[in-house]
Amino acid sequence: MINKLVSSAKEAVSDIFDGATIMISGFGEAGSPIELIHALIDQGAKELTIVSNNTGSGEVGLAALIAHKRVNKMICSFPRTANSTVFPELFQKGEIELELVPQGTLAERIRAGGAGIPAFFTPTSVGTPLAQDKESREFDNSTYVMEKAIKADFAFVKAKSADRYGNLIYNKTARNFGPIMCTAAKTTIVQVQNFVELGDLDPECIVTPGIFVQRVVLVKNPADESRLIAENRRYPW
Amino acid sequence: MVEKTEVKGWSTDEMAQKVAFDIPDGAYVNLGIGIPELVAGLVPEGREVIYHTENGLLGMGNSPEKGKEDPELINAGKKAVTAIPGACYFHHADSFTMIRGKHIDVCVLGALQVAENGDLANWSTGEVGAIPAVGGAMDLVAGVKTIYVITRHTTKTGESKIVKQCSYPLTGKGVVNRIYTNLAIIDVREEGLFVKEMAPGVSFSYLQTQTEAQLNQ
Repeated sequence: MINKLVSSAKEAVSDIFDGATIMISGFGEAGSPIELIHALIDQGAKELTIVSNNTGSGEVGLAALIAHKRVNKMICSFPRTANSTVFPELFQKGEIELELVPQGTLAERIRAGGAGIPAFFTPTSVGTPLAQDKESREFDNSTYVMEKAIKADFAFVKAKSADRYGNLIYNKTARNFGPIMCTAAKTTIVQVQNFVELGDLDPECIVTPGIFVQRVVLVKNPADESRLIAENRRYPW
Repeated sequence: MVEKTEVKGWSTDEMAQKVAFDIPDGAYVNLGIGIPELVAGLVPEGREVIYHTENGLLGMGNSPEKGKEDPELINAGKKAVTAIPGACYFHHADSFTMIRGKHIDVCVLGALQVAENGDLANWSTGEVGAIPAVGGAMDLVAGVKTIYVITRHTTKTGESKIVKQCSYPLTGKGVVNRIYTNLAIIDVREEGLFVKEMAPGVSFSYLQTQTEAQLNQ
């Protein structure tokens, strides 16, 4: 029998190894799987490469993982946001590496990774510092830069509901990077608010087919990141 | 000695109104963070415009009432928004397919500098030690059909933002179609910069003194 539900976030992240590349969903706090990240902080894996649009806020979630010096390198499009202090401080001290990627290129590199496409050409960033040292080519009299796919050992994703096959639906703009990250990791771990029976999710409306998901963790009441930050909370509590 | 008088020109709202007037009925539009966001409230009556936000929503509505904010319904500036009837959500690769596949009609962005050949710099001053962050700006200028820049004509210290050549790192090469400043509306054409309209009290010669790049009438 297939049942991708695991009993806890702790169990779901138990085999993450030092040096792993992990994709983490979210655009700011929308779609950020805070409980999975906190379980990873407890688990202790280090020297990680994290692929995520931002670098977290305050000292919870991704920002807490970075504050605990578990991350060697961030691959992201926008490493500073409101209340984001942890990454900027470490970056300015030279203690964390940054690969800055235009947001659409980041999404497409992840999509390509999930689709078995090793690289692609795009006009985004041509003539800018972010295209330096990258191969470029002319198509129909325009210049395009080559970008390589990104794949990961693990993906952490927040969704709204899952069934035991790992089929997923999301909530509003918290969907963002989740569906593509699910496709691009060897092991995709998803935290959901609802675990439903097979058949409860309309097959016409399933956003992520279960084939892209390996583990599902039920987190009925996920933390509200902005509230934690407003309360000055830090993980571990 | 004659004191050089500074002409204020259009207010920020008036600049945004000029942009809004140029957005056609039925357009799909992406508005940058900050001043460009004002444009949404100023589109003339009778036009239906659909707003795209690159974090995965087509059909973005107004800000929610106080107390009705949903942390999972936000715009690219990470502010709470609403979704209009007929709106849809999608993931990031689809969102940037809309942008990079040239499906979005108009994008309105701010600028640090615009050059006379349409080069845009709006993401970094290249300052040593600054945290570089690019977001979706490079994708938008590379993929959206029409790029409008809305910006004050000069910096706080009086330097021209419309320059012969950008000194800041580029966002895109030859991408800007039209510039809306507090002093004028300027079209970017292959032959150079052409003044389309000037704010009340602005003369062409005054405008040129405020502009590093060569202007044409």
